Amino acid sequence: MSGFGRRSLPPGYFRFRMPGGTALLVHRRSAVVAAALFLVALAVAVVEIATGDYTITPTGALNALVGGGSDLDRFIVVDQRLPRAAAALLVGAALGASGAIFQSVSRNPLGSPDIIGFTTGAATGGLTVILLVGASTATTILVGTLVGGFATAAVVIALALRRGATGDRLVLSGIAVAAMLAATNDYLVSRADIENAEVAKAWQYGSLNAISWPPLLPLAVVLAFALPAALLASRSLRVLELGDDTAAAVGLRVARTRTVALALGVCLAAIAVATAGPIGFLALAAPQLARRVARSPGVTVLASTAMGAALLVSADLLAQRLLSPFQIPVGLVTAAIGGAYLVWMLALAPASGSRSGRT
Amino acid sequence: MSVYRAERSRRIRLPVALIAGATVLVLFTVLSLAIGSKNLSIGEVLNGLLAADGSRGSIIVWQLRMPRTLLAIVAGAALAVSGVLMQALTRNPLAEPGLLGVNAGAAFSVVIAISAFGATRGDEYLWFAFLGAGAAAVFVYLISIRRTQASDHARLVLAGVALTASLGACTRIITLFDATAFDSYRFWVIGSVANRGFDTVFSVLPFIAAGLVLAFVCGPSLNALALGDEQAVSLGVPVTALRILVIATITLLCGAATAAAGPIAFVGLVVPHVLRLIAGVDQRTILVLSALVGPSLMLAADVIGRLIAQPSELEVGVVTAFLGAPVLIALLLRRRPA
Repeated sequence: MSGFGRRSLPPGYFRFRMPGGTALLVHRRSAVVAAALFLVALAVAVVEIATGDYTITPTGALNALVGGGSDLDRFIVVDQRLPRAAAALLVGAALGASGAIFQSVSRNPLGSPDIIGFTTGAATGGLTVILLVGASTATTILVGTLVGGFATAAVVIALALRRGATGDRLVLSGIAVAAMLAATNDYLVSRADIENAEVAKAWQYGSLNAISWPPLLPLAVVLAFALPAALLASRSLRVLELGDDTAAAVGLRVARTRTVALALGVCLAAIAVATAGPIGFLALAAPQLARRVARSPGVTVLASTAMGAALLVSADLLAQRLLSPFQIPVGLVTAAIGGAYLVWMLALAPASGSRSGRT
Repeated sequence: MSVYRAERSRRIRLPVALIAGATVLVLFTVLSLAIGSKNLSIGEVLNGLLAADGSRGSIIVWQLRMPRTLLAIVAGAALAVSGVLMQALTRNPLAEPGLLGVNAGAAFSVVIAISAFGATRGDEYLWFAFLGAGAAAVFVYLISIRRTQASDHARLVLAGVALTASLGACTRIITLFDATAFDSYRFWVIGSVANRGFDTVFSVLPFIAAGLVLAFVCGPSLNALALGDEQAVSLGVPVTALRILVIATITLLCGAATAAAGPIAFVGLVVPHVLRLIAGVDQRTILVLSALVGPSLMLAADVIGRLIAQPSELEVGVVTAFLGAPVLIALLLRRRPA
């Protein structure tokens, strides 16, 4: 068995043995890229923590982190900047992993939670709670967000399933439903008085501006379980990408794998949206960028996770500093850049055909 | 020739269709003048129309409902006709100025006008709307000629949605940054014909009229274009000049309609599709009829918006999105997977 495994490793891959006798086939360049991206993400996070409008020396920031310095230093660094940077890393990682799973299962680079309407639906749910129910505590907004997101995703998938959920059909149904919901969102905002509208508009585009420690706890807990599970599932996902028939022929339980993977993807997207609001296009762009940088044959969960974290923390830094002191909601920065990237990917990039067409 | 005859006999004849379209338009115009928070009878509407004597009926008709009715007619005609042009230009049945980002281009440009140049009235930001709509139309067209396979219909829509999302995000960053712009923008962006006034209507009317005339001039050549570039050239159509003319017309129509009423989606998608089912594929017929049916759809959406949310109102852009999105879904589901 061991000799067989050693010889049949494809070029560019190595084997990662795990306790319990299983092993993962790891694309070498993807692993290197993922490690590098994690370092980049951490470096940007350090910049975000150490610099800002409130001037503090790097040693002072470090000192505040370990409990020294003045009260104000500690407040700024530990209660303001650290949770924001941590949230950017975690939400970005969740969205990157979620996007990788969706794109892998739908075998379509556009099958991300943004495009199939999950994020718009989540925004509608949250706005309904903020503007109509009037009881806008963190919990009620969370519930509204999740209900809106899941209901929309269910409708879109049901519409697409009626005639075989090919990628483009899923995507276009998502666009049609999202168009209705976007009109609803605009309507809700226009109906509110100006104070409520200001609250809603800051939230509805996805923002890390006012993040604090409490909402980070559920995010961290969910990620602690879902991210390792997603990494483990990536092995089956690679097989699933070969097509249902082939995957079944090599012994994969197709329906079960797909259900588990989609549940994980929805879970990751939901916790990200619930924490930071609907952050657009990150789940779409991160896996595709990661795939291009890593030159891997398919979407890789590990590299996408790292790319998501690096992208969101960079976008957040940009959102914080670009029009300072005005704080742009980070979701708008990702939507502006991600939308432009999608246009480029769809229209201006050479027709590579590899995974850009329907499969 | 016999095929042609068979085709004609299956479809409604043009004069019948024209009369029917005009009747429907007049009907919806009267409804739009009559229905609202104070409903008027037909007699009161006619009295108010004919005798502008300062009576309550005439004030309601002339000052409150006539401007929005006229604007709905003008904008509806512009959007529906530009939808026909866009579908002919890109040879893509899903093309529509709202979906493809032309309206978003106009909106982005208008918000820059509001925020950076302090424009407040429709006629002030009209030129910015033309600029944005024109840039977006050219861009979308460039995308569409790079991809010519049948399966790329969906891809063009996606590119348009991405363009809309990207421009929309930039627009929102500006409106968030500038609170006064946000307050006027949030009402404008939904797409509404209410509270716009006669001056808005008359400031865009010449441009839309010119656009409609240009569209009708293009009509016969569009039929040739539908056969493919080589066929069109061999039939004597100057293809490049025609394309430039069509893009200019789309820019005029969409820019003016968006400046006056805000970005309104789906009118340009729904109307041509419904008309093709009823009246066949001749672009000349479709163009003329869509200039009648587009206004009817806008008026109907506006009247529905006034009825279902009483005592408040639902903006026409919200209603058209809810009427139009199911049509898009139906179109998608009807097409067999390629």
